[in-house]
Amino acid sequence: MIDQLKRACAIAKKDVRIYYLKGPVIIFGVLFPVFLFLAFVIGRDLPVDFLIAGLLSMTIFFTSMSVTPVIAPTETQTRNLERLAAAPVSITTILLGDMLASVLFGIGISLVPILSGMAIGVTVKHPFILAAGIVLAAFCFSAMGLIFSSTPTSMTSTVMMISTMVKFPLVFISGIFIPVGELPSWGRALASLSPLTYITDLCRYSFQGTGYYPIGVDIGALLLFLVIFMTAAVKLHEKSLPERL
Amino acid sequence: MGCRIMENVIEVKKLTKYYNELAAVDHINVEVGEGEVFGFLGPNGAGKTTTVRMLTGIIKPSSGTVSIMGIDIQRDPIKAKQMMGVVPELSNAYTELSAWNNLQFMAELYGVSKIDARQRAEELLMKFDLYGRKDHKVRTFSKGMKQKLIIAMSLMNDPEILFLDEPTSGLDVQSARLIRDMVLDLHKVGKTIFLTTHYMEEANQLCSRVAIINHGKIAAIDAPEKLKRRIGGLECVEVSFDMPVDVFDLPDISGVIDIRMSGDKLRLYTSEPGRTIYQLVDYSRSNNLEIVTLNTLTPTLEDVFIKLTEEME
Repeated sequence: MIDQLKRACAIAKKDVRIYYLKGPVIIFGVLFPVFLFLAFVIGRDLPVDFLIAGLLSMTIFFTSMSVTPVIAPTETQTRNLERLAAAPVSITTILLGDMLASVLFGIGISLVPILSGMAIGVTVKHPFILAAGIVLAAFCFSAMGLIFSSTPTSMTSTVMMISTMVKFPLVFISGIFIPVGELPSWGRALASLSPLTYITDLCRYSFQGTGYYPIGVDIGALLLFLVIFMTAAVKLHEKSLPERL
Repeated sequence: MGCRIMENVIEVKKLTKYYNELAAVDHINVEVGEGEVFGFLGPNGAGKTTTVRMLTGIIKPSSGTVSIMGIDIQRDPIKAKQMMGVVPELSNAYTELSAWNNLQFMAELYGVSKIDARQRAEELLMKFDLYGRKDHKVRTFSKGMKQKLIIAMSLMNDPEILFLDEPTSGLDVQSARLIRDMVLDLHKVGKTIFLTTHYMEEANQLCSRVAIINHGKIAAIDAPEKLKRRIGGLECVEVSFDMPVDVFDLPDISGVIDIRMSGDKLRLYTSEPGRTIYQLVDYSRSNNLEIVTLNTLTPTLEDVFIKLTEEME
């Protein structure tokens, strides 16, 4: 168990060295949420702590989900996957390594909106809950990215297209731009199905002191989504790996 | 004097892999002894790579068992993989990393300690003549350098068994020779090597036994010389003259079944090599030709390969 964890860290280190500066990671993980946020904010008069909470949750969502979908198709194309599959590591270890690299990227980039907010006077009312939420959400969204990367293809663009098709609608139903409490009942029901809703709510609670759901529900939901995504990712990768060799 | 009993370190029983309805590997049985260099030969699409992938735990078989040093690879793949080094046919090193970082990454994947990893990486880079380029990114390497690095990566855990799938394919003469020498060196220190190759001469030089696979089934397993003897039959007389001679210019020579051009030489497949040589000498005298070379050739491993694979068609 400890051995496999160490090997997952080695895989994460390799991923950090190779994938952080790849084009799709920068475009989909950094530029995309920034422009989406600007498109929403410009010309509207909204409280800064509301905006920063929304930007932060969107940043974690996009950044944490930008690295994992790139790794598997790239390694299929560059023929590194077979070498990795022949090593004494389980598929879960490989995925955990990829997830760790993605989590670190998500956490690192999410510091930018937090520090930007603090620089313009926004205070974090519940810093420990915010920190726990960011880490948990980064794991959850990285695992979600792993589901997309199980597509048996060597084309990164195919995986990115599929993940964008899912990511975009989630941004609009998760209370980032319109608080969940202001949505109609069908909108609230829809929002409850999105993991992004819970980290957005947790960020609002951390910055503004109030959220739509109790904080325990936010954390519990993120944990539940993490378990579901990781289990699904392992099963899907076990199935698709032979097709990608 | 005691006789050394060689243990089987690879045992394959009724190994089968189906892709949809097609049996890519069909109930094969293979045993490889400790310290053996075992060749695995077959035409394209015969099932070689599928077999190696099942032996190395990369893909799961449809049925049958693979035991690596007594460990069932399906039951305990991590432990079995820990004992082997693998050079997959189409694998690559991480081109965005340096040679050094690729080797260290392999060491970490196999749980090699940092001290051992440093020492082993230095030794392997020296041995493969890559030390001077150790900090360069692999994307700047030639094909031969990349292949040498991939083999070095497979040796980072000092494996007991090494699987080499087409290790010299497409390499220049020097690189291929270096890799062949490396195989012989590893054999000398008692490592077991499972070598897949298209090059018959390579298998002939390196392997103590070979298996020939075709259509997913084993056609033969034996020592190369025994296989050559097994097909027996015709011998071949190879001759070249100082002037070009066409196949149709030669007279009827008794015992000769077939004549083929081979570069500037003629190959006469005959059941009576002595008589054939006499008649060739007579032919050269009567036509004022000088014989430049004259050799008798026994069947090669390539002949064995062709005969056995054709028989299965």
